[in-house]
Amino acid sequence: MSVGESTVVADGWGWRFGAMPSLSNDGVSFTITAGERVLLLGSSGSGKSTLLRGIAGLLGDDEGESVGSLTVNGQHARAGAGRVGFVMQDPDTQAVLARVGDDVAFGCENFGVPSALIWPRVEQALELVDLRVSLDHPTSALSGGQKQRLALAGALAMQPDVLLLDEPTANLDPAGAALVRESVERVASETQATVIVVEHRLDLWWHFATRVIVLGTNGHVIADGTPEQVLTRAHDELERAGIWLPDFEGPNARASLAGNPLLFADDVTVARRGGAPVQKALSLAISQGEFIAVTGPNGCGKSTLALTLGGLLPPMAGALRASELLAPAHKRAKNYSPITWKSQQLHTRIGSVFQTPAHQFVRATVFDELALSAKTAHIDGAERTKAVSKMLDRMGLTAQANANPFALSGGQQRRLSVATALIAKPAVLVLDEPTFGQDSNTWREIVSIMGEVCDQGSAVVAMTHDPHLVRAAGRHMALSAAESSMGGVQ
Amino acid sequence: MNPLAGFVTSTIVALALLLTLSPAAALFVFVVDISGLIVFVAVKAIPASRLVSLLWPLGLMAVLSAGSTVLYGRPGGEVFFTWGLVCISQGSLYLAATIGLRILAIGIPAVVLAAVVDPTNLADSLTQLWRAPRRFVMGTLAAFRLLSLFVDDWHHLEMARRARGLGSGRGPVAAVARFGGQAFALLVLSIRRASALALAMDARGVNNPSPSRARTAEWKLRDWGFVTLALAISCVALVIAAFEQAQGGAF
Repeated sequence: MSVGESTVVADGWGWRFGAMPSLSNDGVSFTITAGERVLLLGSSGSGKSTLLRGIAGLLGDDEGESVGSLTVNGQHARAGAGRVGFVMQDPDTQAVLARVGDDVAFGCENFGVPSALIWPRVEQALELVDLRVSLDHPTSALSGGQKQRLALAGALAMQPDVLLLDEPTANLDPAGAALVRESVERVASETQATVIVVEHRLDLWWHFATRVIVLGTNGHVIADGTPEQVLTRAHDELERAGIWLPDFEGPNARASLAGNPLLFADDVTVARRGGAPVQKALSLAISQGEFIAVTGPNGCGKSTLALTLGGLLPPMAGALRASELLAPAHKRAKNYSPITWKSQQLHTRIGSVFQTPAHQFVRATVFDELALSAKTAHIDGAERTKAVSKMLDRMGLTAQANANPFALSGGQQRRLSVATALIAKPAVLVLDEPTFGQDSNTWREIVSIMGEVCDQGSAVVAMTHDPHLVRAAGRHMALSAAESSMGGVQ
Repeated sequence: MNPLAGFVTSTIVALALLLTLSPAAALFVFVVDISGLIVFVAVKAIPASRLVSLLWPLGLMAVLSAGSTVLYGRPGGEVFFTWGLVCISQGSLYLAATIGLRILAIGIPAVVLAAVVDPTNLADSLTQLWRAPRRFVMGTLAAFRLLSLFVDDWHHLEMARRARGLGSGRGPVAAVARFGGQAFALLVLSIRRASALALAMDARGVNNPSPSRARTAEWKLRDWGFVTLALAISCVALVIAAFEQAQGGAF
């Protein structure tokens, strides 16, 4: 392909998954020419991922039906196998083979690249993404950012004309994400491949793009042009649709009004169950009304610290201690150690939201999930239904009230898991990546509810990579890289 | 050694032993196994400590099976001791020795092979030498690596139930209900991951009809040697068994 020719052409293309009543994409039309760098935006549920899968030729006839046409290099997308490379969001589910070299070679093998040519291509691809480990290096020992660059190398070794990236940096810390972006930039300028990126992190990708295409809620194109054109022409419309824009302004930082202390971590060493210590000698006092954002590189132990503060994982050394305010004496018995509390006591004192929302779902419908939390928090009778309905409304989940939590989209699941903790109004709330995968509207709602919880005298601790959330919180705690060199390995 | 040669060899010997009920044949194969292990350790192919950690559960299994057969096995020949259902006789001792030795003779090569075989190498051999379907083999290979995430998931599911105020229900009913809920959640999570992985594999063309090879799996003369050796060992074992039977060894 030479620069300037059209590569990806959609003409009134739409897709309907088997079980769904309506199209995921309601007739998308665009022409992308070779060498363009396209940033594909859209609010959640606008069918961005479906569109990428369509371009990659991964939508089979048994999964649903299409309307219109979608071609790559003039051929039906599904005939273009090997011309399109695809890097997805989750670093853990992309490596197929156990060794780095073998994994990069996997795509080459599948497309019948002659054996003698495979290994030079593998070396070249790894160099291009700057992954400098031996070919025998175990893929499981790579960090999240390295795994994403490995996936990129695996796609590159196939020498694709088109490279599709579906939120390639969503799971990464800022340093890892920047390296992935650098690699993509190098690849784009050296191979002249057409690049289509779906991302929410505009700070990284806005300046990379030569073109921005925005999909509306029913999947049609609502804006298309250079980044500057899109911003000037459709700014307000995009903002209303909840699309992250580079000039997004979050709420002002909360004034840190340290009220009475609730929870102390004294010289705490945190470690996963049966694992090596990841953070040592952490001391922290959490007080009423505080909003603390905790940041740090991937694998530094943020999630482990969250579980420890949540009274779910015993610290390896040091102690987690509740104040009298958090744990009032019960029949004159005093117990200030959260790990020994009963499950029901813990739930109303320290609420936890996990990194993977699906770990926390225990009921068959969204409504019942929230009702359960309200019940254990002793919100009874008509009050309970009222509280649940209000929370559903604020989180934009009213339409999903009777859906199974596992059937929700990633962003919706996250909101539901945050909501189950918020509705119980615990005195301390520990959240792991609460704003992950949200559009700017749902982001504002989550952050504002967390603010209200603080105003009512609770404390919020949020583990996050989200710079906007750090800005909104009153207090920031930055963790350094893990204590042990094996921190990110498991 | 090609991993498939390893599996062919151990299967041949195992089949031969399953055909007989002879403790002498099992003893013979067991001695061959142990000699093989000694050679492996001597040429530093595998450290002795690793062998011990691999094989002790098998040893325990053999001792337990043999032990219960001594006590409860079908009586025959001279009876040494009875107490209720327990009956130690010449016959039960003989049967116990056979069972213990057979478990070890068949189990040792299987356990060691499973531990030392490189999965990528095995997958290459299966697809290239035995023409096994590539998608299936590669999918299984990739799925095995997801297993390590299971344990972590399970711990998180447990902690999540505690965090949601559901952790302290007591009694067997609550425990079973909790286990069922967690198992369901684990299933959903694994299906999610598996379909993401399948999509990633599809994107890299695992279904393409004419793949090439980055690595070549080879079946060498040496591998024929191992198979021949296995056949020879099996023949000797069968001869020993026949000889023992002719002597009227079985009870």
